[in-house]
Amino acid sequence: MFFEGNAHKFGNDINTDYIISGKYKFKTLDMVELASHVMEDLDSDFSSKVSPGDFIVAGTNFGCGSSREQAPLVVKYAKISAVLAKSFARIFYRNAINTGLPVVECDTDLISEGDVLEVDLSQGFVKNKSSGVSIPIKPLPGVMIKILNDGGLSAHFKKYGGFNFE
Amino acid sequence: MGQTIIEKILSSHSNSQVYANDLVVAEVDFIMGQDGTSPLTIKAFQEMGGGKIFDPGKVIFVIDHNAPSPNEGVSALHKLMRDFARQKEIYTCDVGEGVCHQLVPETGAVGPGSLVIGADSHTCTYGALNAFSTGVGSTDLAAALISGRMWFKAPDTLKIVCHGELPPGVFSKDLVLYLTGQITADGATYLSVEYTGQAISALSQEARFTISNMAVEMGAKAGLIAADEKTLSWLSDYTDKKYQPVEPDPDARYFRIEEYDMSKLEPYVAKPHTVDNVCPVGEVSDTVIHQVVIGTCTNGRLEDLRIAAGILKGRKCNKDVRLIVVPASRKIMLDAIKEGIAKTLIESGAAFVTPGCGPCVGTHNGVPSDGEVVISTANRNFKGRMGNSKAFIYLASPATAAASAITGRITDPREFL
Repeated sequence: MFFEGNAHKFGNDINTDYIISGKYKFKTLDMVELASHVMEDLDSDFSSKVSPGDFIVAGTNFGCGSSREQAPLVVKYAKISAVLAKSFARIFYRNAINTGLPVVECDTDLISEGDVLEVDLSQGFVKNKSSGVSIPIKPLPGVMIKILNDGGLSAHFKKYGGFNFE
Repeated sequence: MGQTIIEKILSSHSNSQVYANDLVVAEVDFIMGQDGTSPLTIKAFQEMGGGKIFDPGKVIFVIDHNAPSPNEGVSALHKLMRDFARQKEIYTCDVGEGVCHQLVPETGAVGPGSLVIGADSHTCTYGALNAFSTGVGSTDLAAALISGRMWFKAPDTLKIVCHGELPPGVFSKDLVLYLTGQITADGATYLSVEYTGQAISALSQEARFTISNMAVEMGAKAGLIAADEKTLSWLSDYTDKKYQPVEPDPDARYFRIEEYDMSKLEPYVAKPHTVDNVCPVGEVSDTVIHQVVIGTCTNGRLEDLRIAAGILKGRKCNKDVRLIVVPASRKIMLDAIKEGIAKTLIESGAAFVTPGCGPCVGTHNGVPSDGEVVISTANRNFKGRMGNSKAFIYLASPATAAASAITGRITDPREFL
C-alpha cells in the first residue's frame, strides 16, 4: 500500500468525539454525510480542506474515548488515506484495521502542517518530501496485517467463515 | 510461572496457558451491543454473510444512548435494531430500562471469571465483578456474534495498590479521578489494570463499578478487581449461579506496580477538556456552574442517588442551576422511589430523566449552551461531549455534584456533611 498526500496536523489525545461528534453519529449510517463533520469541533472547515489521499498526523493517544466505529469510517470516507500518530488508543486501532483504514505509528514530531508525505506500508516507511527526512514506522502485529490485507475483518470473515490466523 | 487475573481468564477461555503478549482466540461468555454501535454491527454481520447467531442466549442489545428517540434518524436505527433482534432472537432492553453497563450486571450472567465483550468503551465496568470485559467496535462484535469468539493480544498488567481507607466525604469517584490524573489518559494503554488494597476492599460493590468503569479513561483494556464476599453477595441478588473467584497468583508477573495512600485523599474534579486534567475540588471552588448531572454508567446507582439525596435533603438547588438526575436502570429508579430518594431529589428541584445514558453523550436531555459550565458525575468531559463544543464540563462525585447544585458553584461536599 502506497499513498501520497499532505499532512494535516493535530495534537495529543484526539478523542472519538472530536473525530465525529455524538450529536451526529447516532442519527444515520450515511458515512458520506457524517464525513462532512469530521474533526468539526477542532476545525469547523476541516472536511473542505482535505484533498483525497491526505493524511491526518497527530501526537499520542489518537482515537481515545468511545468504541464508535464511525470514527475510523468517517476518516476513511473523508478520503484520508491513513492516520499517522505517535500512539493510538487500542479500540480505535482495532476498529481502524477492521474497517480497512491504515494506521501508522511513527515519530510525528518530524512532520509539520502541510508537509508532503509518501507512506509505503509494504516497505514500512514514511518519507517527508518537504523536509527530505525518512521516518521509520512501527510494524503492525501479524494478525492485523492479515486482516488489513484481506480488506478488513468483514472481508476476512466472509473469506474464511471465521478467524483464520494460520 | 504465575498468572495475573486476565492471563487466567484468557487461559480458561482458550484451553491454553496464556501469558502477556500471547495471541489468543478466546471463547466469549457474553456479548453486548447498544444503539450507537449495533446498527453498524448489523451491517458488518450482513457483510460477513452471517446467518445464525452462535448463541442468542449469550447476547443482549440495549437501547440506551438515545432513549427514547429524539428524532426520526435515531428512530430508524432503533427499528433496524429491534427488527434484527426479533429475527435473531436477541434479548433487547428497550427504552427506559437503563444503561447497558448497569443492565448487564443486573442480568447475573456476568461474574468472576467471565469473558465479556461489548460494543461500548465502558464495557470494562464489569471488571468490578472480577470479569474480563472490554469494549470493541461494531465489526469485532459482529465477528463474535457469528463465531462466539474474539481474538486478543493478552495484555500486560498494571497493578494499582490503594492503601488506607477513604476519609468521610471522599468517594470512589474521587479515587478514580485522582488515579486517572496520576496514570494519565494514555498511561495504561493496552494494559489490564488490577486494583487492589485496603481502599478498594473497603468500598461497596456499587462504588467499585465506578472505578472499573473509568479504566478506559487511562487507556486500559480492562480494570479488574478480585472478588470477595461483597461481590458474591451483590451477585446473589441477581442470580443463583455460583461463580469461582479468580485471584492473581502470588508470583504473577506485573508490568508495573503503583502504590498510593488514599487515607488523606480530598474530593477531586476533572477540569475541561480531558479526564486526566484533575485537581482537588478546593482549587476550583469559585467556578460558577449552570447545570449539574447526576447519573450515567459511572455514578447512576442507588448508592450514588442516596449520597446526593443525603446532601440535598431539605435544601433547594440554586435558582440559576438545572439539576438533571438520570438513574442507571429502571430497578434503581424504582428503588429510589421506594426509599424516598427520588422524592427528596425532585423536591430539591431535580429534573428526572428516563434511565439511560441521558445527557452524557450529547444528543438530548440537557445539551448545555455556549459558555455554560456543567458539573457531571459522568466519565468524560471532552469538548463537545454533551453536544456543545463551547461548553465546559467538570467531572466529580455525586456528593460534589449535589453540593454544587445547592451553591451554584463547584463546592466541596464536606461543607454539607
